[in-house]
Amino acid sequence: MSHSPSAAIVGAGSTEFSKASGRSELRLALEACTFALADAGLDPSDVDGLVTMTMDGNDEPAVAHYLGLDALTFFARTSGGGGGGPGTLALASMAIATGRARTVLCYRAMNERSQGRFGQPSHYTGDRGATTAAVTMSWAAPFGMVTPAAFFAPSFRRYMHEYGATSEDFGRQAVVQRAYANKNPQAFFHDRPLTLDDHQASRMIADPLRLFDCCQESDGGVALVLTAPDRAKDLRQPPVAVLGAAMGIGPRQYGVAPLYRDDLAVAAETEVMGDQLWAQSGLGPGDMDVAILYDHFSPAVLMQLEALGFCGRGEAPGLVRDGDTELGGVIPTNTNGGQLSEGYIHGFNGLVEAVRQLRGTAVNQVAGAAHAVVTGGSHAPTSGVVLGRTA
Amino acid sequence: MASTSGRPRPATNPDTRFFWDAAVEGRLAVQRCSACRALRHPPGPACPECHSLDWEVSDVSGRGTLYSYTVLHHPPAPGFDGPAVIAVVDLDEGVRMVSNVVGADPATLTIGEPLEVCFEEQVGWTVPQFRRPAAREGLR
Repeated sequence: MSHSPSAAIVGAGSTEFSKASGRSELRLALEACTFALADAGLDPSDVDGLVTMTMDGNDEPAVAHYLGLDALTFFARTSGGGGGGPGTLALASMAIATGRARTVLCYRAMNERSQGRFGQPSHYTGDRGATTAAVTMSWAAPFGMVTPAAFFAPSFRRYMHEYGATSEDFGRQAVVQRAYANKNPQAFFHDRPLTLDDHQASRMIADPLRLFDCCQESDGGVALVLTAPDRAKDLRQPPVAVLGAAMGIGPRQYGVAPLYRDDLAVAAETEVMGDQLWAQSGLGPGDMDVAILYDHFSPAVLMQLEALGFCGRGEAPGLVRDGDTELGGVIPTNTNGGQLSEGYIHGFNGLVEAVRQLRGTAVNQVAGAAHAVVTGGSHAPTSGVVLGRTA
Repeated sequence: MASTSGRPRPATNPDTRFFWDAAVEGRLAVQRCSACRALRHPPGPACPECHSLDWEVSDVSGRGTLYSYTVLHHPPAPGFDGPAVIAVVDLDEGVRMVSNVVGADPATLTIGEPLEVCFEEQVGWTVPQFRRPAAREGLR
């Protein structure tokens, strides 16, 4: 049985997703926040909380300053890189449920492609002294492990070894998502189809990851407004209830990746997080109508389908092959095109897609969608939410 | 095989310095908990098994097996002249280590195959690497 929601999403806003926004990151944040507030029918003066991710470059005072906020009572950030997106909703919901804030903006805005690409080598091993982060990175960078793809690829390789999954299996989910994007005008790859042959012909990035297994790098901003359920029902949009919101770190996580975990063929952090989601919401994978699973890399979608219980271990390739992540399938997944094909705003654009699905306004609408699960990046400290339609 | 120079030099602290000092001397060393005797890697301040802060250095055989791997093609890894063959190695002593496989065609790598440590000098430091035991003659 479902627990009563602690908070509801009442507004969502985003900029366009591009390779070069031509605007400051702070402007992207302000655009997204004001779009989200307008969507909700709220004024900036209603906001008393701000939550973002530790990697966001727009500090809370700057956002508060330009929103003209006179007083903030709650501000916090989630760690884990792209794992932390849905976790911002967890923090906002807890703040609202405990009375620390009444109305919270969650935002993520970045010129990730034009200003600072995550896909370029990162090797901070000592320029700023032997910080714990630098020493942690020193077990990776001297060996060439300097990109997210390199950090996670050994997990995907081991997954292939354990379960017989193939590059084509990864490609099939990328093709499913591109087809969704081809119907989504907001998707960067709206006009570019993708076939499995295209996927197989794309260059190798970090074996077994090919180019079209990798998320895009994007500029853009996204924001969501949350408030208490009693207030939410009087606002402009049908509220989307936060039915569960959780975080998870699995065994032997070490910095960016879980390379020292006994079994690399499982997204253990997603299991830790997902178990809480089902317990909090009183729902299970069979109750979900749509899934937005963090697709930094296409095989991570498969491994999260397994970790969340949509199928057994090693069964996700078959699920995708059977069309079960497409509309009409068991669990339509990443219906906006995902970060592979819509845009890469550190998972925040996927949160907006879940809101659209539960309002009934998605371009690839799952008929009658009532429940959605959204995850942050697997293989890193992660987070997730279960959201529910209320109208 | 990719020759290497100018890799990012590791940052060290009092928990980890012994590893890199040992490598300069051609030894592969890990931490051993002084209380429960468990081996661990990467080095850190406490034993994850018993939480003791007391530890000593233990040389290991340098023999292990390939648990998983990746070949980083793009973007190029700093200090590598070609694709970096990055290995996740399970040492015979039961600890796991991230390193590289050298002297092997990456297309022929097989999960579970035996590997042994070798050492590659950088300017002022040394990086432990792994190779196939059969490749011994071709390398120092």
